Amino acid sequence: MALLELRDLEVSFDTNDGVVNAVNGVSFDLAKGRTLGIVGESGSGKSQLAFAIMGLLAKNGHARGSVRFGGQEILNAPPRVINPIRAMKIAMVFQDPMTSLNPYMRVCDQMAEVLVHHKGMARAGAVAESVRMLDAVKIPDAAGRIRLYPHEFSGGMRQRVMIAMSLLCRPQLLIADEPTTALDVTVQAQIMALLADLQRDFGMATILITHDLGVVAGFCEDVLVLYGGQVMERSPVDPLFAEPAHPYTRGLLRAIPRVDQHGEELDSIPGSPPNMTRAPKGCPFAPRCNFAAEDCHDHLDPITEFAPGRWRACNRKVEELA
Amino acid sequence: MLAYIAKRLAIAVPTLLLLIIISFLLMHAAPGGPFTQERALPAAVLANLEAKYGLDQPLWRQMATYVWGIVSDFDFGPSFIYKDRTVNEIIAQGFPVTLTYGSLSFLLAVIVGVTLGVFAAIYHNSWLDYLAVGISIGAQVLPNFVMAPILVLVFTLWLRWLPGGGWEGGQWQYIIMPVIALSTSFMASIARITRSSMLEVLNSNHIRTARAKGLPERKVILRHALKPAMLPVISYLGPAFVTMITGSVVVDIYFSTGGIGKAFVDSALNRDYAVMMGVTILVGALTILFNLVVDILYAWIDPKIRY
Repeated sequence: MALLELRDLEVSFDTNDGVVNAVNGVSFDLAKGRTLGIVGESGSGKSQLAFAIMGLLAKNGHARGSVRFGGQEILNAPPRVINPIRAMKIAMVFQDPMTSLNPYMRVCDQMAEVLVHHKGMARAGAVAESVRMLDAVKIPDAAGRIRLYPHEFSGGMRQRVMIAMSLLCRPQLLIADEPTTALDVTVQAQIMALLADLQRDFGMATILITHDLGVVAGFCEDVLVLYGGQVMERSPVDPLFAEPAHPYTRGLLRAIPRVDQHGEELDSIPGSPPNMTRAPKGCPFAPRCNFAAEDCHDHLDPITEFAPGRWRACNRKVEELA
Repeated sequence: MLAYIAKRLAIAVPTLLLLIIISFLLMHAAPGGPFTQERALPAAVLANLEAKYGLDQPLWRQMATYVWGIVSDFDFGPSFIYKDRTVNEIIAQGFPVTLTYGSLSFLLAVIVGVTLGVFAAIYHNSWLDYLAVGISIGAQVLPNFVMAPILVLVFTLWLRWLPGGGWEGGQWQYIIMPVIALSTSFMASIARITRSSMLEVLNSNHIRTARAKGLPERKVILRHALKPAMLPVISYLGPAFVTMITGSVVVDIYFSTGGIGKAFVDSALNRDYAVMMGVTILVGALTILFNLVVDILYAWIDPKIRY
């Protein structure tokens, strides 16, 4: 049994402009200790997918389908079911460390409350354990700095605090939602290296949500490419980079700037992501796809395993994508 | 922090001085005077009166004499209308009354308003929210000059539970209706500000983090949301508190409480210069003081604010 099993997950939002379908039927399994990268452009539904798993959708959001964690259904679960799982078994690191920490509370109080609440620890012990965790994320002078407020940390240090806080209860699954997007490039590399170390040391399964394929290559074992709220391709990381099997994945890979590419214009995928207020019909990528045929606008074949461990959702055969 | 408070108090002195100068000039610019009556006084009598109260002096000298009286003896002068009373006496008699019913109104407005606002935000768009919004709109559109006679009608004339007016040294029966009449509109404003600020805080990222920690909603609200949600409420409460404890002319008139709210309005109508100035300075000083209190509370809540 996989640690996390998603089946036909759909997320929609009621807005003034109508229903927005952010996630449209995503299924995957994640085994214990594995690292999965979820890649997609802005608006591809990757963050909402994570929020749906954690039960953190905005009030106008609705999730359908099934999310099983350790065999237990947790999608739309009531607080008495989901609260003991949050932080204890599934923890989350958010995109923006500037606003995700509580600006009105000292770091020690924010961290300790997790242990006090879930493990019934005394405050002093909880703070001591929090200091150890800040040491583990390599915050210098953790014992002194834990008394500070979030605004007294730099962006990278705040994200380290966020990571330390998420790992306090040694969760089995960590969901990192674009953990480095809001940070400087040099700090990004440090944070990813830290996450890789922690993942190895603690052995937790990790879902890394990002729009940066470079980050995925360095960190993940498996990749899920999301477009228009649907899985376009799912594969172990090496074959995906070697032979991308979906036109969208190819476009993404070509759009990565290379140092040996001088003077030429950077490749990009023409067009922009689909408007999600319309119900998806056919392949969401069809309007931007070089290989799209008539039938692509009407229907999309269900995702199939075309090679061992490799899945793609495309009406054209791999050989047709010359 | 102490240095900051000292600095703010030091700035308060020129602020008050400026307040005195402007009020003094405005007051004297208004037509008429304390001795203007329907049947004009004989010129000789008027001249004598003006000489007695110093009104024959040039304006700058009147002002200097007045300010010096305050600085040297804390003497705000004699009333121009009530010949045997000083401004100090009038304020000493009226202010404890308004302070009492004003403070109680403040407490009631804060407790009910904040509770109503918080629950409306938590149960946003539910019947509870609509009820809370309905109550607060109802309370807001019922001005106290409508509230007061309705209260008297119901509790005094129909139910005969409470006395229709008077103060009697502040016995509880005499306090209830003034407090309700004064607090309702403030309560409504506090509920509205709390609700909208709470709604905004509940949508913020750090609240999502608190939920991701698996904390029950009660802890998310009490530990993480309430403090930041109170910031806009507190900046409203400073001036509101001053308005409430300096009383309301409507309450003083309807319930014959004898507070300074009525004294202030009477003094303005009678051109009782000294009483008008005294109450103006009192309100001004309290406003400066409670704005300082608000700023200190801000620093206590938000660690990013340091003076």
